[in-house]
Amino acid sequence: MSMQQRRPLASIRFWLTLIFPSCPGASSALAQGPQSTPSTLAPVTTPAHEIFGLSLFVLLITGTIFVVVGGLLAYALIKFRARNDEDAQHEPAQVYGSLQVELAWTVIPVLIVVVLFLTTARIIFAIQDAPRPKSALEVTVVGHQFWWEFRYPTLGIVTANELHIPVSSGRQPTSTYLKLLSADVDHSFWVPQLGGKTDLIPNHPNEMWLDPRTPGLYLGQCAQFCGVEHAKMLLRVYVDTPQQFDAWVKNQQKPGAQDAAVAAGRRIFETEACMNCHTVTGTAAKGTFGPDLTHLMSRATIASGAADNTPANLRAWIRDPNQFKPGALMPAMQLSDQQIDQLVAYLTTLH
Amino acid sequence: MADQTFPIPGAVDATRPRAGLLEWLHSWVVTVDHKKLGILYIVYAIFFLLVAGAEAMAIRIQLAIPHNHFVSPEVYNELFTMHGTTMVFLVGMPILFGFANYLVPLMIGARDMAFPRLNAFSFWLTAFGGLMLYFSFIGGFGSYGVGNAPDVGWFAYAPLTARAFSPGHSTDYWALSLIVSGFGTLGTAINIIATALSMRCKGMTLMRMPLFVWLLLVVSGMTLVTITPLTAAQVMLLIDRYLGGHFFDAQAGGSPIVWLHFFWIFGHPEVYVLVLPAFAIANEIIPVFSRKAIFGYPAMVAASVGIGFVSMTVWAHHMFTVGMTAVGNAFFVLSTMLVGIPTGIKIFNWLATLWGGKIRFATPMLFCIGFLFQFLIAGLTGIMLSVAPWNWQLHNSYFVIAHFHYVLVGAIVFCIFAAIYYWYPKATGRMLSETLGKWHFWVFLIGFHITFDTMHFVGLLGMPRSIFTYEPDRGWNTLNFIISCGGFVQAVGVLIFAWNLVYSYRRGKAAGNDPWDAWTLEWSTSSPPPDYNFAVDPVVRSRRPLWDIKHPQDPDWKYER
Amino acid sequence: MSTLPIFADESWRLPSRGRVGMFSLIIGESGIFTIFVVAYIYYIGRSVSGPTPQILEVPIFNSICLLSSSLTIVLAEHAIQHGLLKRFALWWALTMALGIEFLAGTAIEWRKLIFEDHLTIRTNLFGTTFYSLVGLHATHVLVGLVGLTLVMIFTLAGRVNQGHAGRIQVLALYWHFVDAVWVVVFTVVYIVGK
Repeated sequence: MSMQQRRPLASIRFWLTLIFPSCPGASSALAQGPQSTPSTLAPVTTPAHEIFGLSLFVLLITGTIFVVVGGLLAYALIKFRARNDEDAQHEPAQVYGSLQVELAWTVIPVLIVVVLFLTTARIIFAIQDAPRPKSALEVTVVGHQFWWEFRYPTLGIVTANELHIPVSSGRQPTSTYLKLLSADVDHSFWVPQLGGKTDLIPNHPNEMWLDPRTPGLYLGQCAQFCGVEHAKMLLRVYVDTPQQFDAWVKNQQKPGAQDAAVAAGRRIFETEACMNCHTVTGTAAKGTFGPDLTHLMSRATIASGAADNTPANLRAWIRDPNQFKPGALMPAMQLSDQQIDQLVAYLTTLH
Repeated sequence: MADQTFPIPGAVDATRPRAGLLEWLHSWVVTVDHKKLGILYIVYAIFFLLVAGAEAMAIRIQLAIPHNHFVSPEVYNELFTMHGTTMVFLVGMPILFGFANYLVPLMIGARDMAFPRLNAFSFWLTAFGGLMLYFSFIGGFGSYGVGNAPDVGWFAYAPLTARAFSPGHSTDYWALSLIVSGFGTLGTAINIIATALSMRCKGMTLMRMPLFVWLLLVVSGMTLVTITPLTAAQVMLLIDRYLGGHFFDAQAGGSPIVWLHFFWIFGHPEVYVLVLPAFAIANEIIPVFSRKAIFGYPAMVAASVGIGFVSMTVWAHHMFTVGMTAVGNAFFVLSTMLVGIPTGIKIFNWLATLWGGKIRFATPMLFCIGFLFQFLIAGLTGIMLSVAPWNWQLHNSYFVIAHFHYVLVGAIVFCIFAAIYYWYPKATGRMLSETLGKWHFWVFLIGFHITFDTMHFVGLLGMPRSIFTYEPDRGWNTLNFIISCGGFVQAVGVLIFAWNLVYSYRRGKAAGNDPWDAWTLEWSTSSPPPDYNFAVDPVVRSRRPLWDIKHPQDPDWKYER
Repeated sequence: MSTLPIFADESWRLPSRGRVGMFSLIIGESGIFTIFVVAYIYYIGRSVSGPTPQILEVPIFNSICLLSSSLTIVLAEHAIQHGLLKRFALWWALTMALGIEFLAGTAIEWRKLIFEDHLTIRTNLFGTTFYSLVGLHATHVLVGLVGLTLVMIFTLAGRVNQGHAGRIQVLALYWHFVDAVWVVVFTVVYIVGK
């Protein structure tokens, strides 16, 4: 289906780009592969492609209705306007209705609804009830205020905010099944290029699947209002080639680095409140309220995408998380400058 | 034509000697007259329209550029919660009930509503509900200290509203004030139903009622069964918050999904509760300015009743992303699409009414034409959203925001403006300025399209709703800036309108009884009508009693079936 | 140009606004009850801990009292229609007594649940939904009783006559509604839910 569907899609993209030249970033929004605009118009998974194809079909039908009905409206307004005062003195012929005409224009919408419904239902079942391949990777996604926890039960990995999944190629089709849970309030997992969104609701596990065909970084964010920092609950999905993914898994499965040079920082981590909320495997820190930090430096961002993962930002974050995310649930740690330096030195060894 | 009077008893000069200010205020507070209460409702709603409009402006300033610090996240969340809640409950509902109050008795030839005192009671309940909601800005001790308005979204999804996630009282203000104003709404709905069914003048059978009254009857019937589920759900929320109940408490086995169902069982029919009165207004104005009877009156009635029933079965199309089964999703796709059929019939009937007419482009008609055009688009984007798989992409994005603002502003607010231009002369005895009216129309129209057309695209590019800021590298910057600019153009339009209301009240041209050469009973009495509306109860033989009088040789009752 | 036509001979009857209003209120109230009933049914057996509906005793006597009050109020309506004021007052008082018995019975039931079975509104989902639904109904009985009491006071003061039959019937409609809701609540809570 991919080969047959891609070609018309490409030409439609071309036309869309022509239609919306004023739309900034239109050309990039319609481009293939990963991009910085999380566009729904640049699908890279099977569900996203099916949705995009369906949306073009619906757009065609609704566009036709718009042109026909809008044209009739414009025609009536021009043709039947009162032309001058004298003309306006005489009332037009009064028509009260016509059963035949009413019936005719009831039947047409009924037919359109039937066509639209059948097409839609087919895609709903194709996406929701697709058979689950045995080889599928399973990831449990847990929504927190205001960050994402990712657990790979089969691989024994726990990480946060940056999801790594393998690419699905024609030779090696690999889908990833996400089990969606919430630790507190409702959230919604949405990476537009990878497909539609599904909500994370407490006491109501959900599921969705992805099979991205192009490697790269895909952006998204929480799409269900979840509280004060909802806007900063960003989401990064890395679609890795098989080699990249294997390397990433190997690294994540290692325990936290134990570098004697930064033992002071590690002691602070284990004696201050840090360990109540964060986990670093191989240490006493086993908190689960905040993100797992075992491989903190393998991530490009901190604070669920709110800031780049640099030592300077880490320092500022520990001093006062509110600087990046007012309302973040991590408290300002009230450490001395020296303690913060030692702590950051320790954290930056956690590759 | 404007100064032409008909020999209809009841066209009495209603001016009275001027009273003192206190006496004047007192007369408004204690009034049980449906016309005064109608005006109170409308003035109250216009006041809150300006308040919620100002909130919208603050939202748009904040979003004009990425990483803006115009307001804090906390304040932003309060702003969009209050904007939505205010517009739906303190603007949409009151203004439509205001028109219903003012017009239903006049249109059916009655002297007042069925229960005038209940009417006053309902208005004051609604009014105090609104004041209580806004008192939260100073009185609601919340998680951020003194003065905390509700900040959980107008949909208040559980469990964000639980005590653990929403400490303080802001959520309580939200629930309590809506319960209070909900009872007011319930009272008014009961009143409108009883009035339309039991107070009609002689000869006005149900199938001779003006469509405005028919649609308000349907709306009131729907209100009975849509507001009450919200009230029930909010009572449950308060039980959870105050008595330690577990209705929406996931830890105790409760389900947040239950709140979603209950809220949208209210929330979706609510959209039709708001939009049907807009249809009702268009049903009165389009025929008069096309100089033709409405096309297919029985079909219009049937379509309205049909919309009323079908709209009760579509609520979960707001929940395609919560993980329903494929069959469940398919069911709500179908029911949602079915609403398109009666709605389509209505649009075709309006077109057929225009067809062959002699259309006069006065300001009320301009706004109605704007309504027709925008409602067409809103309906089509509605079909797009009803397609569940596409909805998985569009849900909670700015595409949805664009869609429902097309309905709420493009359709409903445009019709409300049309109604104000059309009936202002009846209520005040003076015409609104046509020049200012046309400026208002064009400025507002242009601003509307700049803002809300653009929102569709930013939604397609993946921008979610309810976010206080966005990352600069997402390609949304220019579009958001355009949207904000459009917002200010609309604000200018609304200010022209407000000025027109004030200016024309003093300087407007005298209206006479029937400035638009219209056909329903309210135009047979003086402007403004006397307290008792009609000195002698009117008697009608057709849907357009004044047409019959004006065209005695060719009256409607010869043709109506 | 002519005046509005007048058909003095046409008979023009419209429904009573009181009855229309009360029916509308009843439809609205049904909306509230529907939501609470749906919540109750949905949460049957979902409590994670605490007492279960098995501790409930079926309030048969209470139910008979409340349902028979519908009969007595019909007899009262009948009496006032025929202007039999004494008989009206008697049946009306009996209706009130049955309503009060119902409330008293509910109070006794709740006392047992709270103090012996340790079930309160915050114990578990069953407690939350049970007290809400039954309490909502009891509140309606209470409101109905206030209405009945007002009529009783006016009756004793000699202010009620045959002309008030229409209004009294409107109030009686509400009472019938409250009774009808009990049938639903009873079925859901004490039969289906147990």
